[in-house]
Amino acid sequence: MSDAAEAGPDADLAVQTVGLGKTFGRQQAVADLDLAVPRGSVYGFLGPNGSGKTTTIRMLLGLTSSTSGSIRVLGGAMPDRARDVLPRVGALVEGPAFYPFLSGRANLMRLDSGDRRAPGGTRKARVAAALDRVGLGHAADKKAHAYSLGMKQRLGIANALLMPRDLLVLDEPSNGLDPQGTREVRGLIRSLADDGTTVLVSSHLLAEVEQMCTHIGVMSAGRLLTQGTLGDLRALGTHRVRLLTPDPDLARDVLVRLGLAPGDSGSAGPAPSEGAHVEADLTVEGLAPEAIVAALVAADVRVRGFEVSGASLEDRFVDLTGEGFDVAG
Amino acid sequence: MSPADPIPPDGAAASSPADGAVAASPVVLPEAEGRRGSGLALLGSEVVVLFRRVRTIALLSALALIPILLAVAVRVTTDDAGSGGRGPAFLGDITQNGLFVSLTALTVAIPLFLPLTVGVVAGDTIAGEASLGTLRYLLVTPVGRVRLLLVKYAGAALFCLVGTLVVVVVGAIAGAALFPVGPVTLLSGQTIGLGDYAGRMLLMALYVTISLLGLSAIGLFASTLTSVPVGAMAATIVLSTVAQIVDALPQLDFLDPWLFTHYWLGFADLLRDPISWSNFADNALLQAGYIAVFGALALGRFTTKDVLS
Repeated sequence: MSDAAEAGPDADLAVQTVGLGKTFGRQQAVADLDLAVPRGSVYGFLGPNGSGKTTTIRMLLGLTSSTSGSIRVLGGAMPDRARDVLPRVGALVEGPAFYPFLSGRANLMRLDSGDRRAPGGTRKARVAAALDRVGLGHAADKKAHAYSLGMKQRLGIANALLMPRDLLVLDEPSNGLDPQGTREVRGLIRSLADDGTTVLVSSHLLAEVEQMCTHIGVMSAGRLLTQGTLGDLRALGTHRVRLLTPDPDLARDVLVRLGLAPGDSGSAGPAPSEGAHVEADLTVEGLAPEAIVAALVAADVRVRGFEVSGASLEDRFVDLTGEGFDVAG
Repeated sequence: MSPADPIPPDGAAASSPADGAVAASPVVLPEAEGRRGSGLALLGSEVVVLFRRVRTIALLSALALIPILLAVAVRVTTDDAGSGGRGPAFLGDITQNGLFVSLTALTVAIPLFLPLTVGVVAGDTIAGEASLGTLRYLLVTPVGRVRLLLVKYAGAALFCLVGTLVVVVVGAIAGAALFPVGPVTLLSGQTIGLGDYAGRMLLMALYVTISLLGLSAIGLFASTLTSVPVGAMAATIVLSTVAQIVDALPQLDFLDPWLFTHYWLGFADLLRDPISWSNFADNALLQAGYIAVFGALALGRFTTKDVLS
């Protein structure tokens, strides 16, 4: 977990919340949240629907007040320093939203004209560049109501890129995008991160987060269950050994002697002539996989296949958040 | 804990701390230049978005229809029916002088049609952005909540002026096209030329515009209360009707001087010589009071509101 609560304001963090909470009436939407998004990271903000991710993002951006705790974004307290902080933040919050009767280009011009730090002289060029960057150059003059969901999503991302930003907050940026678009967004986020921009991306597409994020925070029911680097989180998971052998009973005895608890062979068993699968969680600390193989061979178990699989991030999330998680296929 | 956006003294914004991981920003002009331009840019953008919108154009077209229908109806029926009889003030005078079309159309438009259109525009100001979802994007841009309210109110006020001018100008054109035009006889008996009369019509348009500013402020406040624009529009329009009914009830006479609709039809004083300014001044003061009260309520509400749409 994080030690942000004790550390106070931390210059290395792009986003830091301490004890952040929000109640709507009697419902606790977010509770005691200590978010720590390091500068330069791509932070995956994960959680089931209704876990408080968007409420948290709304508080970070000063759209909603918090009921408790404090927020610092890019070193400035929010919402008090919104005027200084927000121009350096690009955001996509809870889906894109546009004036349906204006073209994509006119929509971006409109939003950009609200930014006091955005120079009017370069507005046209910046809007055109942002549209090109998300691949909307050819559809820039279509009315926004004629855009597909994916095109609106791209336009929303273009809006976040109108000015050079230090922090991008992207709420479900791949929503509604086709696989090609998802790849493009992933590439875009990576290239922005390479330029030094910190990216906070909320998503329920675990596989995607695994591919582009350096850090991850998991929320459930308004609380942050865990956060850390991708590696930290993977290491938390238990590994699993899977053995293919014609001598399953003998192999189980060996594994039990090593302190493991082998389960039944996998449901999708191999052909009988091949042998059977024996699986066990690697719960014994310091027990190397090769030591297991050596012990098996020493006990005359015919080892025909042996693999160690790390728990997938997906398993970790289901472990952490329980049932009902909206897992990507 | 309020997400309000107080306006700090100039230069405070320039002191944002430099940090290691800042993306290069080659296109940003010097601070002062960028800021000066964009203060007006938002207002310009608001005006463009408002007046290029089909709905706004439809509202203005409906207002333009009032003097046209009026002039055509009078022209068509003028042969068999004599002047006088039932109808709004000045109706009978149209046949003698087409310039009275504007005046008659204003009288017809003030109780219902102008409040209706102003209610739609003012009620939509914040609630419309909220229902589209663009409000959250404007706020994270960041536009600043106080600035957004001011710009939205300015847009609504401009609509009041444009709507009124549409009635007056279209009325003058329709009148000139269908009826004879000549020097105008004032309510106090004197006769003035076309130039002088045009000036007085503009004064009347100004009077009516000011009359509608209080209603616009009410609409702005209503608009901060909901993310359903139709609700805010309906509330604003209903309030203008209720105020006029209360104004007409003799039992509630004591309320009259406080009703924002009380001076709505008082512009005829501008057709006297010398002009009687008392209604103009009282009306302006009353509307200023409404702007202050409902503007403050809108500010108080909007600057502390959780934007969840």
